[in-house]
Amino acid sequence: MTRRIVGPFNRVEGDLEVKIDIERGRVTNAWVTSPLYRGFERMLVGKDPRDALVYAPRICGICSVSQSVAAATALRQAQGIAMAPNGERVTNLVAACENLADHLTHFYLFFMPDFARKVYARKGWYADTERRFKAVSGTATQQLLPARAQFMHLMGMLAGKWPHSLALQPGGTTRAIDAGEKPRLMSLLFAMREFLETNLFGVPLEAITAITTPAQLHEYADAATGDFPRFLKIADNLKLQTIGRAADRFMSYGAYETAGETEGGRTFKQGVWDGGVQALDGDAIREDVSHSWLNGGHAPLHPREGITLPSGDGDKGYTWCKAPRLDGKVVEVGAFARQLIDGQALMRALVEESGGNVRNRVVGRLFEVARLLPLMERWFKEIRSGEPFCVEVPVPESGFGVGMVEAARGSLGHWLDIRDGRIHNYQIVAPTTWNFSPRDANEQPGALEQALVNAPVKEGETDPVSVQHIVRSFDPCMVCTVH
Amino acid sequence: MAKTLLWLQSGGCGGCSMSLLNAEAPGLVTSLRASGIELLWHPALSEASGGEFLELLHRIADGKQPLDILCLEGAVMRGPNGTGRYHLLAGSGESMMQWIAKLASRAAHVVAVGSCAAFGGITRGGGNAVEACGLQYDEAERGGLLGEHYRDTSGLPVVNIAGCPTHPNWVTETLSRLAAGELDAGDLDALGRPRSYADHLVHHGCPRNEFYEYKASAAQHSQLGCLMENLGCVGTQAHADCNIRLWNGEGSCLRGGFACIDCTAPGFEEPGRVFTETPKVAGIPVGLPTDMPKAWFVALASLSKAATPKRLKDNAAADHIVTSPSRTSKGRVIK
Repeated sequence: MTRRIVGPFNRVEGDLEVKIDIERGRVTNAWVTSPLYRGFERMLVGKDPRDALVYAPRICGICSVSQSVAAATALRQAQGIAMAPNGERVTNLVAACENLADHLTHFYLFFMPDFARKVYARKGWYADTERRFKAVSGTATQQLLPARAQFMHLMGMLAGKWPHSLALQPGGTTRAIDAGEKPRLMSLLFAMREFLETNLFGVPLEAITAITTPAQLHEYADAATGDFPRFLKIADNLKLQTIGRAADRFMSYGAYETAGETEGGRTFKQGVWDGGVQALDGDAIREDVSHSWLNGGHAPLHPREGITLPSGDGDKGYTWCKAPRLDGKVVEVGAFARQLIDGQALMRALVEESGGNVRNRVVGRLFEVARLLPLMERWFKEIRSGEPFCVEVPVPESGFGVGMVEAARGSLGHWLDIRDGRIHNYQIVAPTTWNFSPRDANEQPGALEQALVNAPVKEGETDPVSVQHIVRSFDPCMVCTVH
Repeated sequence: MAKTLLWLQSGGCGGCSMSLLNAEAPGLVTSLRASGIELLWHPALSEASGGEFLELLHRIADGKQPLDILCLEGAVMRGPNGTGRYHLLAGSGESMMQWIAKLASRAAHVVAVGSCAAFGGITRGGGNAVEACGLQYDEAERGGLLGEHYRDTSGLPVVNIAGCPTHPNWVTETLSRLAAGELDAGDLDALGRPRSYADHLVHHGCPRNEFYEYKASAAQHSQLGCLMENLGCVGTQAHADCNIRLWNGEGSCLRGGFACIDCTAPGFEEPGRVFTETPKVAGIPVGLPTDMPKAWFVALASLSKAATPKRLKDNAAADHIVTSPSRTSKGRVIK
């Protein structure tokens, strides 16, 4: 048995270290370390609750809007108000814009370049993959960056800028959209649709969302030309559906509030998957700190009364990350979980066939891309110029609010406790806190720790490429993880 | 010969890198090539991970790999108790603080990208329990990690491209000038920020200027009026060109309908008041426009308030234009 420390990982948004045991060419045990602590939860204590809207987005440069939406949702709940309907549409548009851009950033910049590594030089698909996805110099990067930057003009118009906007307020959004501006916004969406249909999918978005079976997915991969078919062929060749399986228990808080219009008020449904869909009980969330560099000495706490206190004792744990558990169990979050729980037939079939794994996580993400753009088109059409975008009421002297939303990479929750007009407690559980959590008091490894077991390690590999694929298949955001 | 660039991240959110990916006309990769910059490594873009990357750091630290420009994004994490343990660089067992100091001593130029790396920024917030600081500043105080007297090979202090986040072009243009050897001490302001953007005020080019002139103010978010009187905007004092050089095509905080919070300044994270509410004494905002004597402001404000046209009064409190500019019967302006 050999023990190896892998890291630092890049293309994961932040810093990450993984310790692995290897025996007979396979990973037998893994420990995941989040090495950076900044302490946002403690910074916020004592501040005016509205200041959370300035601090929260700055937890993360890539999930910035999701953090803002979670903070605004928690405040809104404490205020007991509803958003102006136009504000709700723009909030969804801004959140979807970030989500879609993040999925593309992940696929093109963070995930695919690993297949252009020299280790694959003898593969039949290598020359094409290297030309397309080589980090920095690949043709895909050169195409994606301008297309993404242009798509982000939506942020300029709807939210002032990205990242770190204050446009997302509890009662709606700060930038009203005039009827005369809609054509420009719609044409930006159209341009992104063209990019996706030409480069990523090679077929209309609706042809992607119409895929319901693995067999149809295969047919599509064989027939179409584009970066998604490229990935599917590589995945087939490397059997990416056989690596990176975790607990196969999934969670989604549900995404895109649409008051009264959809079941549960969310466009993508909320729930838990454990062999089938179940209702999510938010009260069953607990955060364990038994293996964290944090002061414990207490039973795992619900984030409503959570405590974040660095222990200063470097020997006790192995990460700054807490271990959130749902009803004591490990759950996996992300786009695949979201689309699965929403009831998408393809995800249901894939999870039955091979569970959560490297390939299926990427399929879930790109499938969601194909769903998001048409939704954005709809929300734009629903904006009623002339009607309000924002309602404003004072923040109560005391109260409680929860913001449970979905960032690109999974479930994000903010728990806000206001007393005497100030933030008394603020707790954040981010998507990668769930996915990259350490062991808990019952020695249950977190989702990535489980997913890494059995990963193949080739002779002489210091940074096993299978570990790279598995880690990045979760689209981790390390700055969010510990915050 | 191409100038080499290494980009590291520590106590921050990665948002300056994300913003950098928004560079346009040309895009980021082309922009770097045009400036003759060779990316040795960037956390969001490069292939090298783990051992390969650590080897690169060792080669730079040992002087075997020349480094022209070191960029740091995120604050230096000194805590707890000066150990730097709040950020140990993965796989290295050493604190990022130590790595930054080592690599900075080898770099021809050192650049702080964003307010965290420059001054500590948001990571210093809430009493700074994590002992975060900037490369050459601890908030507004000179010192930081590298010390007050640090100068690079060309005599420059740390170049502080402050902002939360930074505009992509602030970064690409500053790097380009450094690579060309065309940035000297006179191009930086008293806080080490490139004057190319820091000599402007956010107020310059603000589309709400007419409302400002007549003190026609927004009372709540989403309204069109000036954001200074009620909603906490300090654009008349903040150093940046956000309304001249726009964000994500045609945006800025003020165009987006919310306050400028002076994110290019040291200590912006703790304004001592609510960010989005203007503190007033006797009805007059405490913070006055830069370079304006208080008595003049008060006199002008009351005069202009008395003269506010109906159109501005109406529109200031609406979220879309309700009263159009008037015209003569022939539809022309009077010349």
